[in-house]
Amino acid sequence: NVGILIRLRADSHCHIKNEDDQWQIKEHFLTPLGSVVKRLPEHIQVDDPDVLKKLAKKLERQQIPRRLDYGYKVSLFSHLLQYSRKAPLTQQLSIPSAVIHPAIVRLGLQYSQGIVAGSNARSIALLHAFKQVISDYTTPSNEELSRDLVNKLKPYISFLNQCRPLSASMGNAIKYIKKEISNIPSQFKEDDAKKKLLNCIECFIEEKIVLAAKAIAKSSIEKINDGDVILVYGCSSLVNHILCEAFEKGRKFRVIVVDSRPRLEGREALRRLVQKGISCTYVLISAVSYILPEVSKVFLGAHALLANGYVMSRVGTSQIALVAKAFNVPVLVCCETYKFCERVQTDSFVSNELDDPDDLIVTRKGETQLKDWQQVPRLGLLNLVYDVTPPDFVDLVITDLGMIPCTSVPVVLRVKNVDLL
Amino acid sequence: MELQAVLMAAGGGSRMTDLTYNTPKPMLPVGNKPLMWYPLNLLERVGFEEVIVITTREVHKMMSTDPKTKLDIKMKLDVVCIQEDGDMGTADALRHIHQKVKTDILVVSCDLITDVALHEVVDLFRAHNATVAMLMSKAHEFTETVPGQKGKKKTAEQRDFVGVDQSGKRLLFMANEADLEDGLIVRRSIIRKHPRMHIKTGLVDAHLYCLKKAVVDFLAENKSISSIRGELVPFLVRKQFSKMTSGQKRMDDTETVDQKNDGLTNDDLFFPSRDEALLQLAQERSCWNDHRGDMSEAYHGGKLRCYVHIMDQGLCYRVNTLSAYIEANRMVSHMWFCHRSAHFVVHPLLMLHFVFHPQMGSDSMIGAGCHVADKTSIKRSTIGISTTVKEKVKVTNSIIMHGVTIEEGCNIQGSVICSNAVIGRGADLKYCLVGNGQRIEPEGDTYSNTKKSILLEVSVTFGLV
Repeated sequence: NVGILIRLRADSHCHIKNEDDQWQIKEHFLTPLGSVVKRLPEHIQVDDPDVLKKLAKKLERQQIPRRLDYGYKVSLFSHLLQYSRKAPLTQQLSIPSAVIHPAIVRLGLQYSQGIVAGSNARSIALLHAFKQVISDYTTPSNEELSRDLVNKLKPYISFLNQCRPLSASMGNAIKYIKKEISNIPSQFKEDDAKKKLLNCIECFIEEKIVLAAKAIAKSSIEKINDGDVILVYGCSSLVNHILCEAFEKGRKFRVIVVDSRPRLEGREALRRLVQKGISCTYVLISAVSYILPEVSKVFLGAHALLANGYVMSRVGTSQIALVAKAFNVPVLVCCETYKFCERVQTDSFVSNELDDPDDLIVTRKGETQLKDWQQVPRLGLLNLVYDVTPPDFVDLVITDLGMIPCTSVPVVLRVKNVDLL
Repeated sequence: MELQAVLMAAGGGSRMTDLTYNTPKPMLPVGNKPLMWYPLNLLERVGFEEVIVITTREVHKMMSTDPKTKLDIKMKLDVVCIQEDGDMGTADALRHIHQKVKTDILVVSCDLITDVALHEVVDLFRAHNATVAMLMSKAHEFTETVPGQKGKKKTAEQRDFVGVDQSGKRLLFMANEADLEDGLIVRRSIIRKHPRMHIKTGLVDAHLYCLKKAVVDFLAENKSISSIRGELVPFLVRKQFSKMTSGQKRMDDTETVDQKNDGLTNDDLFFPSRDEALLQLAQERSCWNDHRGDMSEAYHGGKLRCYVHIMDQGLCYRVNTLSAYIEANRMVSHMWFCHRSAHFVVHPLLMLHFVFHPQMGSDSMIGAGCHVADKTSIKRSTIGISTTVKEKVKVTNSIIMHGVTIEEGCNIQGSVICSNAVIGRGADLKYCLVGNGQRIEPEGDTYSNTKKSILLEVSVTFGLV
């Protein structure tokens, strides 16, 4: 269940340093992109006891409590983690948290309770918390800021990962920060170094999120004509921003908001659009083939864009793209470049996130049918969060670098990697 | 550092003067431990390492010198002494320690006995960036007969009206019956934002508050607020819904009950966290809202938020009346059975005369250094340190404090015997409260069906009530 990996020179070995700075013998894997693939992340190998043992040891070393699995998992997804919102990680932490910075504890709580949801919001909140951490940081004697601060951030990242698996955008933001910290020259004084880092974070947010949104809005307005009927799915901060901007610029269009259980995020998107004055229609995803003949364009947001051109987004997006293709309606995906990910995936099973199964329990007319679902043997409640859409269903990707077809994503990634080096 | 703990141990115990006229309330023994041990133990269990204790000099002396009231707390206690006769409210005490407060604080009262999972309250405080988060519990009826009460009539307790929103977490309205002479008035601004409000009256306020540091700073400037429970929290709850800027016309606020603090607007009380602009950006992009049905953003754009966690299971007692004190003694022995670090119910230093093993119920607690003779029967009672119980004594449902001597043949039922009292031979006490250092004459029959007696300072002779 690994995906596309081309294994060349199978009998060659090479010594590679892994992220814990320990020498390890690994076989050298080459992908079509020519970069080295690290080992599989632990959160998609939950059914492997060795991996779990290693994870437990790592968490113990970092003094982070481990969150326990909850409920019966559907067998096809038993390699993924499933948590309950009623058992937060803070239950196992001491109250004035000494090991983890309070801003990070607050952030982890907000992630696990869903108060901060959505790829952009999570990244901005993460960077905000990191700014607090950096401001409160003091270099211990005999240590260098560039190395010690990175080590300090590692347990925090594990903690956040335990609260909710990190998104691709968060992963890229963390990579950027770690690179900036490691590049601090050693002769910098602590205050200057901290100021530089805070500045870098602000620049990142300004360039990659705020200005990117403006650029994407500018490009998309060209694609929105008067009299258009635009279909959106769920609540994507970027798509909402684009539509509000277009409305302000005077385009005449109406929006159809498609929503799905159990998150029902479309209600929030509906609220924001109606507040602006855009006329909206609201349907559930089961009605999408009924409403599609009226639609002229579909705008979708993305959680991440994978290296083989697949779009990873909220579960249900691939459904919408499929039906839109069947009706010959153009599908446009809006995504900032910082969400581009080097991962490769062709299906939604390998790597996904399982949300709290109790979210599916609903009370209608005083009756809660699934109240005792745990008592029923072999009954699993599946609450998937993401799915991947193949590039054949996507007509255009609007990014801050311009409008590109889905298959050009690896090019952008290669250009970005050259930049980072 | 995230939270600093503050323990308020200077209260007088004005509602149980029979017990507190000699022993200050924080040092009253409950289950053979001083009352203030319980909140300190709660704080220690969740991981606090230091506590600021605000108390009187008398209590401080008792804490450190009295061997019987030994506190085996491993945390560092930073004791701040205040005048006992001064009319200092809890908010005044916070103002007094304003310099020591460096972060958000967790204020606990010394008379709180609870086994709440404290992370529930603190999580509300953290996750929603709340200004105040408090703990409340469903009140239980006290079933034990209380010495000194005529019949089952309860003293007219002032009810508290607490209004929460639909999720049961956000605090919308809080008022005491004493302040509502004309009836309960709910502002239109509250109803507009939260059309469904649940008003509860049967709740006990545990007096456990998480407050932002900015609230303490605010208290330092506004010297008119003197009590957290009575004035500060209702004030903050009201301020959640006041207008954003002072310029706007106050159309809805014509029904405001309390005018003296309304010069301050929501803006003055807006306690900005670090980097507010970035937080705002994150919140704008998040697809989460705490309510639905209207056009406003999460939290209705309000920056001041008050949250409450209402416990419906588990223990939560505030020992500020005699009936609560007796109930707490009863419950504490149950708690200790479930507690992992079990204490000896029968202390190892207990000396028993092993001719006939005295009958001891498993729900009794006996302190250290006791002498219990044989042929005694002790059921559902708590016996303090260094007490002597002679033969043929029957003790049921009672609380016996430290250093008491009970001569032979006594029959004690449903009573509270304070420290260093002497119960003479053959005395028969039912539902009585014997004060400190009193002597009950032998053959004293202070039993009466209809009148429950309290014996205080004046020396007692036979039959005097």
